[in-house]
Amino acid sequence: MDPPARPSLGLYDYDYDFLVIGGGSGGLAAAMEAAALSKKVLVLDFMAPSPRGTKKELGGSSFSLDRVRKFLQQTSLLGKAIEDSQKFGWKFKEEVLHGWSELVQAIQDQVKSGISELKRELKSCGVHYLQARGEIVAPHTVEVTDMNGRKRNFKAETLVIATGDKPHYLDIPGVIEYCITSEDLLSQRHPPGRTLVVGGSAEGLECAGFLFGLGMMVTVMLQPGLLPGCDRKMAAKIENHMIVSGVNILHQCSLSKVEQIEDVLSDSFKSEYKILFTIWMGIATRALHLQYCGHCVQVLLAVARKPCTFDIGLECVGVQWDQKTGQIPVNERDQTSVDYIYAIGSVQQGRLSTPGLSRQTGKLLAQRLYGGVNILCDYINVPTVVLTPLEYAACGLSEEKANLHFGEKSVEVYHSYYWPMEWTLPCRNKNSCYVKVICHIPDHERVVGLHIMGPNAGDVLQGFVTAMKCGLTKQQLDSTVGIYPGFA
Amino acid sequence: MATIGQIVFYRRCCRHLCQDPGSSSHNNNMAALSRSRHRWKRIKCLHVFSRNLTGKFDYDLLVVGGGSGGLACSKEAAQLGQKVAVLDYVEPSAKGTKWGLGGTCVNVGCIPKKLMHQAALLGSAVKDAQKYGWQISGTVCHDWPSMAEAIQNHVRSLNWGHRVQLQDKKVKYLNLKGSLVDEHTVRGVTKAGKETILTAKNIVIATGGRPKYPTNVPGAVEHGITSDDLFWLRKSPGKTLVVGASYVALECAGFLTGIGLDATVMVRSMALRGFDRQMAGLVTDYMESYGTRFAWNSVPKRVDRLSSGGLQVTWTLAQSGEELKDTYDSVLWAVGRAPETKALGLDRLGVELNEESGKIIVGADESTSVPNIFAFGDIGEGRPELTPTAIKAGKLLAHRLAGRSAELMNYDNVATTVFTPLEYACVGLSEEEAEKRHGKDGIEVYHAFYKPLEFTVAERDAGQCYIKVVCERGGDQKILGLHFTGPNAGEVTQGFAMGLQCGATYSHLLQTVGIHPTCAEEVVKVHITKRSGLDPTVTGC
Repeated sequence: MDPPARPSLGLYDYDYDFLVIGGGSGGLAAAMEAAALSKKVLVLDFMAPSPRGTKKELGGSSFSLDRVRKFLQQTSLLGKAIEDSQKFGWKFKEEVLHGWSELVQAIQDQVKSGISELKRELKSCGVHYLQARGEIVAPHTVEVTDMNGRKRNFKAETLVIATGDKPHYLDIPGVIEYCITSEDLLSQRHPPGRTLVVGGSAEGLECAGFLFGLGMMVTVMLQPGLLPGCDRKMAAKIENHMIVSGVNILHQCSLSKVEQIEDVLSDSFKSEYKILFTIWMGIATRALHLQYCGHCVQVLLAVARKPCTFDIGLECVGVQWDQKTGQIPVNERDQTSVDYIYAIGSVQQGRLSTPGLSRQTGKLLAQRLYGGVNILCDYINVPTVVLTPLEYAACGLSEEKANLHFGEKSVEVYHSYYWPMEWTLPCRNKNSCYVKVICHIPDHERVVGLHIMGPNAGDVLQGFVTAMKCGLTKQQLDSTVGIYPGFA
Repeated sequence: MATIGQIVFYRRCCRHLCQDPGSSSHNNNMAALSRSRHRWKRIKCLHVFSRNLTGKFDYDLLVVGGGSGGLACSKEAAQLGQKVAVLDYVEPSAKGTKWGLGGTCVNVGCIPKKLMHQAALLGSAVKDAQKYGWQISGTVCHDWPSMAEAIQNHVRSLNWGHRVQLQDKKVKYLNLKGSLVDEHTVRGVTKAGKETILTAKNIVIATGGRPKYPTNVPGAVEHGITSDDLFWLRKSPGKTLVVGASYVALECAGFLTGIGLDATVMVRSMALRGFDRQMAGLVTDYMESYGTRFAWNSVPKRVDRLSSGGLQVTWTLAQSGEELKDTYDSVLWAVGRAPETKALGLDRLGVELNEESGKIIVGADESTSVPNIFAFGDIGEGRPELTPTAIKAGKLLAHRLAGRSAELMNYDNVATTVFTPLEYACVGLSEEEAEKRHGKDGIEVYHAFYKPLEFTVAERDAGQCYIKVVCERGGDQKILGLHFTGPNAGEVTQGFAMGLQCGATYSHLLQTVGIHPTCAEEVVKVHITKRSGLDPTVTGC
């Protein structure tokens, strides 16, 4: 391994060997691994509350939000399960309703206990943790501002930026005042009611699916598009499934204004918003602006996420970064343009970002630096999962990318619909679950992409990711005996 | 020479058949019987002679048994251009339950089982749902008849589906009970006792197995049911005693408990024989906490019907010899399965059987000791009794018989799932088996307890959710076996089965990026070895 060039220790007296700014999954994984390799480690974690005042704690977006994501999906799935269970012979006396506040309480308790567990674990690993904001002020030096505004300077040999990202607000009148993001969803004290979800990102679809599962009217405004970066055909299938189940989807529109109208409902806590939106007709460049307005009780923004790299003093030490997107370009060793500064997780430019990947990146980074291991993180076979009511999980290339990369002729796509057995009795749609395997023909039909849509897609996919790492081919796929009666 | 020899053999065979009173139809009219027998003999001899003269058979391939394996084999062969017939006949169970085409899996096995398991899971989902804010007022109860009807309708639709598929693929379906006459001839008997003779170049036996009754327990057959009957019961079995500790027993007891019935499992020595001991322990521990009762080290003595209608079961404790009694509504025997090889007439042909199990001894290419006769699926000695293996083996056999490929079935690294309330799935070797093959110092076991995220809000006990990866100790640490208990265990393991097939090592596992937040990601996170003695229980995220 090639250790990064660093000034000799005589010049600097470091407080820490390894300082991580940002306590998300990547940062914590790196910190714990480094601590396990007996380095002195500090993690700085401070997340500014969202404009709607939702506070966040240790663990970053990945820890709390992903837990919440899973819980929300589980809630809507359980709603579905209750429906199904009647077909399986379960009898209910009365109609089943959903209580929002119980759910919020239960989830928040869980998240809290999860965080305290995490803190305990950090302590037991010997990682120092400060709930404070970090800003790079000089080479190897980070200024730490704690909750009360006290400032201290720490010197560290290696710096890791793992600040993660946060939802991006659109620059449209009324957005900051009235819209919420996925982060605020659970701090609402009352059930959200009729909701407009702006943005067709995974996050937006997950929220829409969850709210719809609780029996609310949901409209999704696709802006800019549906699941950017995902396999087009799979995205269309998810959209189709959502439309069939009853979610409204608006195409080719963009939000142009949100304003509050006087409390229409008698109960004063619910206020309705009037939304003005523009429908783009024809080609986007020569758009006919047609302004429409609609009403809804809540607007949830899920347009894009932006890395939190704007206030950590990157320019102060000359780290190259994209001023517009906030992303930091890194090399294959996750190193930035400054030798001793590394960046992991969603702040990296041009790379996928999933919590699993950030953790892997962080862990490998620490192992490379201190453990004498020379394994680079694999950014190709990265599995992602979208927790829509019909779960979607994918690993490797999308069909479009595979075609682009290898040429259409050398790519073979095997695909099939399937009907999970649990769905047979409730008579759910036969052709909604789907698998697609993308193979590279010249390379012994090596599997380069795998897409699954159906219940527990994430669980199903995981093992195949390992298999893909071992160079899975279509022939081996064929020669493996299935588990019956699963659908994998 | 060969021809003459064969003719002599047929003569002998015919004589033998005519002497055997049980081999023909059960017709009360003796005169009609003997007449028909004479006619049959004539027709048969004609058949044999004409065949021997022309060298032509009725079919290229005759499959006896229309279960998952038999159907897969016959459809595959027909697609390869062969003339195929499949014989399927369901002998009603001791309780008179019968069903349609498709074999054990479709009618009295995996499919109804998984659906009932799902019913039980949905029961726990309803309980969980309350923790997630769903407001359910009043008590929730389960109605057996409506579940049974839904499942039975689904099974019937599958029976029909299989018939249609056979027709589409041009496979001749014959509802006949088949028995072998020689290596090219099968005698089929209809329900009414009418006989047909069929000849084929190759004969494949895939008749599978049926549940056994114990032979030394008075009242077992009269008052007990087996898994063949359970799925077709019109009314709830009520308080049930499940005798046996196979996966069938545990699964049945599990879903009965899940839908709110009082279920007890009676185990003589150990549960889930052949599976990893530690994992079997976790599965039964979870079931005990789930509400299933266990009567360990107990041997049933007798079953009596009481005047109240209940069944009184008497059993003894193996160690003390103490005698115990209790009353149940149903007694389900799950003491193993046995093939029905006797009625096939295999001994007459000299097909080699395992005396003890009654199964057919088969080679790696599913061949028996008699040329042109093949056997696979549950009836093959030493073969895993699993639907997907039978399907795969059947397809490969069809390819070999049609001369399209020489590929043999690979019976290694077959993944299995036990659908107990806490599902258990494994692929590869158990820890004990790995230890036996590689020595205690030759293996490294990585393990971890974990807590599925959805269990936390539901406040469910996750004490038995566990992962174990058994690796070789030296070299790349090749993975020998992978064991997983938890929700969706089957789905999780499937991909890893593929990994094992590709020769995955522990370092491959470590380099795999996890999918957050799923249970399966826990597998790629295991890092504590048993050797280290560190605590494998749940920590933070």
